[in-house]
Amino acid sequence: MASSEPVMKISHLYKSFGNNHVLNDFNFELYKGENVVVLGKSGSGKSVLIKCIIGLLKPDQGTIEVFDQCINDMDDADLDKVRARVGFLFQSNALYDSMTVRENLEFPLRRHWMEVSQEEVNQMVTEALEDVGLAHTIDMMPVELSGGMRKRIALARTLILKPDIILYDEPTTGLDSITGSEIISLMIEIKKKYNTSSLIISHDMNCVRRASDRVVVLYDGTCYATGTYTSLQNHTDPKVKQFFEQDFKQ
Amino acid sequence: MSNETRLQAFLSEAGELSRFAARFVSQCLRPRYEVAEFIRQCYIIGYQSLPLVGLTGFIMGLVLTLQLRPSMVDYGVESQLPAIVGIAIVREIGPVITALIFAGKIGSSIGAELGSMKVTEQIDAMEVSGTNPFKYLVVTRVMAAICMLPILSVLSDAISLYGAYLGVNVRGATSFHLFWVEVVDSLAFNDVLPAFIKTFFFGFAVGIIGCFKGYNSKKGTEGVGHSANSAVVLSSVVIFILDLLAVQITDLLGFN
Repeated sequence: MASSEPVMKISHLYKSFGNNHVLNDFNFELYKGENVVVLGKSGSGKSVLIKCIIGLLKPDQGTIEVFDQCINDMDDADLDKVRARVGFLFQSNALYDSMTVRENLEFPLRRHWMEVSQEEVNQMVTEALEDVGLAHTIDMMPVELSGGMRKRIALARTLILKPDIILYDEPTTGLDSITGSEIISLMIEIKKKYNTSSLIISHDMNCVRRASDRVVVLYDGTCYATGTYTSLQNHTDPKVKQFFEQDFKQ
Repeated sequence: MSNETRLQAFLSEAGELSRFAARFVSQCLRPRYEVAEFIRQCYIIGYQSLPLVGLTGFIMGLVLTLQLRPSMVDYGVESQLPAIVGIAIVREIGPVITALIFAGKIGSSIGAELGSMKVTEQIDAMEVSGTNPFKYLVVTRVMAAICMLPILSVLSDAISLYGAYLGVNVRGATSFHLFWVEVVDSLAFNDVLPAFIKTFFFGFAVGIIGCFKGYNSKKGTEGVGHSANSAVVLSSVVIFILDLLAVQITDLLGFN
């Protein structure tokens, strides 16, 4: 269950690319144990938002606080400490092609300067792979895996550091409906098992319906509407209603 | 595209490349040092390029000798063939041809690999995993290219000279010892050192251009192909420009 303790707070966030104002005074809070889906059209700034949160993009104005620490002006060392507690599942999975599944999972552990023995590393890798049901793929290369398996491995890599917050960038894009549904179930299971907070970028309405505790509609760069799936489904504003009426595609 | 726009684009890219190179210099001096990845890159860039560099070097030495022989015979200086071939290979042809082959193999490979990593968000994933991707990917590859090309160039020179020895013996009978003595006697310190030093710069050019093109790859998979292609073309041109500069500088310093 979501608590009243915010783990992430975004205030008055602005981000532009030339004359394209992607985020305009975006405000948002994510609470502990909560799954929030950010819903928006293609090009509305969903991915820009998530990249600002993880520090891959610098906002023009505004503040992003993660665990009560403002990440805007953090140096690399402090940012890495925050990133160790925030998992990121990339839309394209971003598995390292030249590494095996084991090496892909070990990479974040070793890079975050974790003082863990090889035995502990093996145990953590096995546990993360078991969480996603792919323990048998440990010595395979990413190229040998199907799209759904790659997504699960990417999720296992995200989970290996036991993050408090997980950012999902369109987790079901490019997957068939059955595999997409399995990934959504996995996301729900992970939340239950580890009590993580999640920010999910999606326009897959099945994902929005099943995975969200709360939905945020991103429109014109602002947090246009927020509420549960059911409350927004019955919203009278046409800009909100359109998301629930149309099965729009990117 | 108008000429003015082309010039602007060229100057803009030259500026970005210079900034990228400056960033390389500043990053490679600061810890954390990615030693394991550097060694892995040395193996990939150096050891795995050796068969290709060796083969081309061998053919180059053999063909150069066979092509030179008739003219040398006409001028009645056939006995000078090992000396002429030795000087040509060590001073100029060996380092430049090795660098061009290196640019074709390694420049394109780095451009395509980093380009592919860029478009599939692997570079972003690295950053999120607590890694400085510039240090891990760019610094290690450029340093490996700087260290490996001189070694490959020396090995290629040696293999070329062996090819030249076989070329001399196609229509003659010269012992390996005699051939080698003639080659070594004809070479001076001034022939070897500038040629060796310039290979470090060739290695830097191939590494930094390959990384620059790959790291700044755009437009999805089409961009990856373009990165690989333009990395080879630009590094090859830069190798010739650097070679020209090296000749001028060594001449000014009295090494010629």
